[in-house]
Amino acid sequence: MEYVLASLVGCFVALGVYLLLSRSVIRMLLGLVVLGNGVNLLIFTAGRLTRGAAPIVPPGLDQPDGVIANPLPQALILTAIVIGFAMFSFLLVLAFRAYQSLDADNTDTMRVAEPVDAPNPPLSY
Amino acid sequence: MAELVPSAMIETMTAAADWVVVLPLVLCLMGAAATLMLRRSGRLTFMFSLLILVGVIACEVTLLLRVLDSGPLSMTMGKWLPPFGISFTADIFGAGFALAAAVVTLAVLVYAQGERGADDGRDGFHSMVLLLLAGVTGSFLTGDLFNLYVWFEVMLIASFGLIVLGGSPAQLDGAVKYGFLNFLATTFFLLALGLLYGLLGTLNMADILRVAPSANPAAMAGVAALLLLAFGMKAAAFPVNAWLPAAYHTPPAVISALFAGLLTKVGVYAMLRSLVVLLPASRDLLEPVLVAVALATLLIAPLGAIAETNLRRAIGFLVIGGVGSVLAGIAIPSLAGVSGAGLYVFHAILTMTALYLVAGLVERQTGETDTRRMGGLYAASAPVSMLFFALVLATAGVPPFLGFWPKLLLLQAGLAEAGWSGGLVAMALILNAILTLIAGSRLWAHIFWRSAPEGAVAPAVASRQGEWLRFGAAGALVAVVVAAGLWPNGLFEALRLGAPDLLDPARYVAAVGLAGGSP
Repeated sequence: MEYVLASLVGCFVALGVYLLLSRSVIRMLLGLVVLGNGVNLLIFTAGRLTRGAAPIVPPGLDQPDGVIANPLPQALILTAIVIGFAMFSFLLVLAFRAYQSLDADNTDTMRVAEPVDAPNPPLSY
Repeated sequence: MAELVPSAMIETMTAAADWVVVLPLVLCLMGAAATLMLRRSGRLTFMFSLLILVGVIACEVTLLLRVLDSGPLSMTMGKWLPPFGISFTADIFGAGFALAAAVVTLAVLVYAQGERGADDGRDGFHSMVLLLLAGVTGSFLTGDLFNLYVWFEVMLIASFGLIVLGGSPAQLDGAVKYGFLNFLATTFFLLALGLLYGLLGTLNMADILRVAPSANPAAMAGVAALLLLAFGMKAAAFPVNAWLPAAYHTPPAVISALFAGLLTKVGVYAMLRSLVVLLPASRDLLEPVLVAVALATLLIAPLGAIAETNLRRAIGFLVIGGVGSVLAGIAIPSLAGVSGAGLYVFHAILTMTALYLVAGLVERQTGETDTRRMGGLYAASAPVSMLFFALVLATAGVPPFLGFWPKLLLLQAGLAEAGWSGGLVAMALILNAILTLIAGSRLWAHIFWRSAPEGAVAPAVASRQGEWLRFGAAGALVAVVVAAGLWPNGLFEALRLGAPDLLDPARYVAAVGLAGGSP
């Protein structure tokens, strides 16, 4: 099972990197989301997979009875999903505002902050 | 087994004095929430955030004195013994940097008040500044790698808000590049964390120190390389530095100043902590890469500053050059190298913020952002020219100024190193100082020294309202830089006590107090 998930993580990361190499801002954003989900899946797999054993301590006992799933990766992923979603929403709004005011979805034509035809520095001093 | 369970819990109450580790963060976060509610109250918002910052600084001074006195201090959340609970662990480096960060934030807030009108303040500026400081302080004080990731994201979202505040096209353009590349860097960091967790089964820093030596060295080197990439992007080290000169000059000068002092320094500190302290064996394998990155950053960044005509973009390249100096210390982690890197981070937090604040004064007086259209400002404002010149000398590392001492330590480390790398790094450090001096004095000459260019119109007299706040904040910060350079004995004493903890973290691990077995 680990091998299947590991290959899936590989596909996610490859797809994310491919999309991130695009010049279109929206494609880059989708790439970041796919990459982020690949990473979440990686943390899940890195915590080792256990089938059908919820991490709950039965009543009356101090510790779980037998093997349980590792609950820590799930807590880590939950945090990462929430953070990733906040970042995604911000970047989506930012991309839309940039598209509105710069009239560009192409990073090659987004050159307001760094003008292409900037003159040479003065030669004095 | 029954007696094992209570042993995983902390049964004693945390001593009241130990709360000082988390108190700065609690104050920042609560202050951020409160200023959000107070955002329609005009000056009251400013006074309140000032009060919060003074409280934060008081806590951090207490923390630093305590850590200097009795070694690293740790507190673990939720009564779980580490590594099960999340630890906050302050050592001398972390506490010192957190204090410097709070001091520059105070200067930035006062300066910003001098720029803002009476009815500004509904935009949440103060909340975001406090939130940014919370993220930075948390990154400096945390003792858990996943928690470090969370503080990175807190810092990132607050800086996103600050960089687009105002919403001019240039800001949106800069924010797209800043946002995408920094979010990508934290995703790489998370990737490395996932792999590290899979290999070691823990993310607590003290616990990593315990189990890392027995892990597969090849896999650990892979994780260390990913961490180097992620923190290199955050720190704007050479091949992955493009976001910094694209973004730092777009927001108002006061926000650039805050970013320059805090953001890249956290990246570089995380690199120091993770590569030098946590994974020293993997760092040794990566040493050629680290040396190459340090050399390239040291040499290329000041050349960028020489070629640039936009004032704040040029200073952005000087910030990158400073990151190169810290990387040099990480590439040669002897006692002198680590001390130099730490002192350089402290110096850069103060000096780079002050440099951007003074650049803000210049831009306000000339009404221009491009040095080609500036000139003759010396006649109009001699004090500003003196502040700028002192900071140029401090950045380049000219002797009586603060920048000299870390470079001296780094040079010592480079010359004492046996192999070829030490000599190369030492040469690059000297070349970097010369190039930085050329770049800085060229800027100074263009802005202040030469007569105004042909056809330049004298700027309309800028509003003098709030001038003493702006000038006072920038001047006070420069005074701190100059004073710390003239009397560095206290800093060296702190380094003498603190730097050995990075190379031999036994005191750090003892302070955390791990529970018996691994999970």
